[in-house]
Amino acid sequence: MPESAVILNAAAIQRALTRIAHEIAERNEDDAGVVLAGIPVGGDHLAARLAGILAGIWNHPVPAGILDVSMHRDDLGRRAAPQIHPTVLPFDVTGKTVVLVDDVLYSGRTTRAAMDALNDLGRPKKVQLAVLVDRGHRELPIKADFVGKNVPTAPDEKVQVRLREDGAPQDEVTLEKK
Amino acid sequence: MAWTRKHLLDIESLAAEEIVTVLDTARAFKAVGERAIKKVPALRGRTIVNLFVEPSTRTRISFELAEQRLSADIINFSTEASSFKKGETLKDTARNLEALNADFIVIRHSASGAPHFLSRVLQAGVINAGDGAHEHPTQALLDAFTIREHKGKIAGLNVTILGDILYSRVARSNIWALTKLGARVTLCGPSTLVPRTFEQLGCRVTYDVDEAIAGADIIHLLRIQHERQRQTMFPSIHEYAQLFGLNQARLARTRPDALIMHPGPINRGVEIDSEIADCGRSLILEQVTNGLAVRMAALFLLNGGKGPHEVTGD
Repeated sequence: MPESAVILNAAAIQRALTRIAHEIAERNEDDAGVVLAGIPVGGDHLAARLAGILAGIWNHPVPAGILDVSMHRDDLGRRAAPQIHPTVLPFDVTGKTVVLVDDVLYSGRTTRAAMDALNDLGRPKKVQLAVLVDRGHRELPIKADFVGKNVPTAPDEKVQVRLREDGAPQDEVTLEKK
Repeated sequence: MAWTRKHLLDIESLAAEEIVTVLDTARAFKAVGERAIKKVPALRGRTIVNLFVEPSTRTRISFELAEQRLSADIINFSTEASSFKKGETLKDTARNLEALNADFIVIRHSASGAPHFLSRVLQAGVINAGDGAHEHPTQALLDAFTIREHKGKIAGLNVTILGDILYSRVARSNIWALTKLGARVTLCGPSTLVPRTFEQLGCRVTYDVDEAIAGADIIHLLRIQHERQRQTMFPSIHEYAQLFGLNQARLARTRPDALIMHPGPINRGVEIDSEIADCGRSLILEQVTNGLAVRMAALFLLNGGKGPHEVTGD
């Protein structure tokens, strides 16, 4: 049985998302031009939740979608093909401020793939990055604009984000020894 | 289910879950084809050889475009311009192509088993684009994809395959795919072209067309493969059209939601009436569109496959 410690419980996740939403609102005065693109698995649900909170702050619906990055990964052919999730962005990204949403920021390679995938769909005015957990160990010059929680980790540890949308009994982020 | 294969040789050896993995992956690739930029970098730096030792238009074009949309480098090799004419064996040709560091070889060959043979003598991944009267796996995958897209499922559907079953690799691959996914498959056509031995594959065989298509959700028509028949298996094309062709009168007796498929090329007025080929219930052109997505999905998955290495020397 691997060791496991809860680093964010349901209430803390909710607080982190609320804070991120307020930071997004503060950073982007042109609220009409902001759209959210969640990276599956995990980021898509967080993007939907953030869109809900932002809609409450701005008093208008905020578009959110799903951006699959697996076709743009740099490790294809080095591992078994990743599971692909259909990209569903019900808006044109050109000219928009696109906030990429991911659950965990680690090497930065997923974010790089996401920027490439986004580029194939149009030319956003700005791209920002929101993550629930930044666990460090970057392999690329990438930095998040909005971070729920910074968690120092060792490479042999694993950050698990479990969300109700994926069938978890409760929202929870844990740090596990492999 | 994680995909581990590096060869796609047939449907027979695939598990139902593997077929579903290809279909699920193809959904995302179909969406790519609907974007302004239809290209993704998934196979950037990979080299793919299209080795078509038997003539083909739509399958070859579909594979080529799928490979281009995945950003692979492509070498096209066809019978007309090849060294087969100079007496080189298939194995030598393939080894030469591999010496150019090809990562995948897509092969169409008139001999059943040619792709399996290559997979044993090459390091490269091998994709069967049709081997003799044996199998045409990507056709069956695109057919299954098209059926699932329209009917929402495959399990429990009645699928009737009508026409030249004996010489059809499309029929064999479809039978494997559809029965693995839980459909009930009925085969129908002239008795000389639909031997009872197909019942061993879990299909129903009947020679009564109207009965075969009466309860069908999908009517899959096949072309008469003149090029594979050593002698005439039925008296005349006209008689075939009369007895087994899908015409308006026959169509009127099918279920109103029955859909019509055909792998192409179609022979208007033989296995299918011209108006039916163009009607709203015909999925023939959608099959072509979906073929692209399915072939992109297959290549994408195979690119990550390491597989059990099947190299056995000679």
